[in-house]
Amino acid sequence: MNVAIAAATGRRVLTQLRHDPRTLALLLVVPVVLMLLMKTVFWNQDGVFQRVGPPLLGIFPLTSMFLVTSVAMLRERTSGTLERLLSMPLAKVDLLLGYALAFGAVAVVQTVIVSMVAFALLDLNIEGPIVALVPLATLNALLGMAMGLFVSAFAATEFQAVQFMPAFLLPQFLLSGLLTPRSAMLRGLELLSDVLPMTYAYDALARVAAGDGLETRLGLDIGLLALGTVASLALGAATLRRRTA
Amino acid sequence: MDEATIEVRDLRVVRGGHEVLHGVSVSVPGGVITGLLGPSGCGKTTLMRAIVGVQRIASGEVRVLGAPAGSRGLRARVGYVTQAPAVYGDLTVAENLRYFARVLGAAQEAVGRTVGVVGLAGFEKRLVRELSGGELARVSLATALLNDPELLILDEPTVGLDPVLRESLWGTFRELAHAGATLVVSSHVMDEARRCDRLMLMRDGALIADDTPAQILAATGAKDMEGAFLALVGSSERDEVRAT
Repeated sequence: MNVAIAAATGRRVLTQLRHDPRTLALLLVVPVVLMLLMKTVFWNQDGVFQRVGPPLLGIFPLTSMFLVTSVAMLRERTSGTLERLLSMPLAKVDLLLGYALAFGAVAVVQTVIVSMVAFALLDLNIEGPIVALVPLATLNALLGMAMGLFVSAFAATEFQAVQFMPAFLLPQFLLSGLLTPRSAMLRGLELLSDVLPMTYAYDALARVAAGDGLETRLGLDIGLLALGTVASLALGAATLRRRTA
Repeated sequence: MDEATIEVRDLRVVRGGHEVLHGVSVSVPGGVITGLLGPSGCGKTTLMRAIVGVQRIASGEVRVLGAPAGSRGLRARVGYVTQAPAVYGDLTVAENLRYFARVLGAAQEAVGRTVGVVGLAGFEKRLVRELSGGELARVSLATALLNDPELLILDEPTVGLDPVLRESLWGTFRELAHAGATLVVSSHVMDEARRCDRLMLMRDGALIADDTPAQILAATGAKDMEGAFLALVGSSERDEVRAT
């Protein structure tokens, strides 16, 4: 591992985003607009907004980093820059860490903005500490990034990469427990949701909102979420081959 | 005798179910420019990829600068420029070079120097995706020059360049070789052969000649490399007929 190379990679990824202000604006504005929409859709059912709002603060960065990473990494693969980097003195972990630094930073900004809007303007209330949502949302973003990195290996074009979002994330979202409690699902689906990382992303966010402490199930959730992230990263790293056919 | 800079022994490569290199053996001496010539599709790029160590090989051995091709210690010592420019289109010229300089562990001053070497001074702040094809190729080339590698593998570096620039780049290659670097330069344009110290001629995944340009011309009696290539192809086909 080489921290200087990882930092340079992170700066490079952020510079690429800076040259693409529309993407950057979409990353920061869309979650705010969606949160606003949720508030107005459930105008007369504030209980629903209060229940769904906090988990969304983590699901937004997870989804957007999944998309951004899968496309960015696909571009690295198809443009030959990935092969070039891997023929240079760069460890795979430097590349992954660089991406994590860059997208982690974007996720922090994204979460802070949408949280400020939600809590200050839209009267979202949670029992737990609001500041706990930022690291948790960042962890969600890193999970999204790790899964995006992995699926980018199976996409040959940007069309395919984008299609992996509904194919890969939507089932996890449906099974996460946000729409209906997992215990109320068919037993098979509940068991399936046990092994999907977004389940723990949702559960952790909901528990922070409910005011649970780390000594409760929340601690386990965060641990499993981190484990899912590391496992996805390891799977993703395995798709970065120095030698190809 | 010292080990050659590149030592390829009985290299076989299979891609997509087809054998594309049929047991190539060659040694490339250090400090000179070796041209790798042959029609497109003959296996030049595959051979170069095997030398860099990014190509999965079926059998055989490739040693570079005394170590197995692609091994960790070689990654800062071997520069590789692919045929399609491998740089970031959404970064400027300088941003690309500064990033690759960091990855290669080269000084940041190298950025200004290499920009000059490839004739892109004044282009530093231009977005790479807005450059012409030739300019793009030169950014990609500059990337490989940042850390003064001991071995440079250049896949068709002069395609699409104007003659003046091509002349100047060959001057640069010559200077690098004078300074002790070893260069392998592929081309499908036979007239670039005269600029090389040695030549490897390829056809259909096999090496059909490996010698100095003068020796190849003398041995075939041809007056230019195009003619020499045709003569060599003719004789190798006669050998095949004899063998069957």
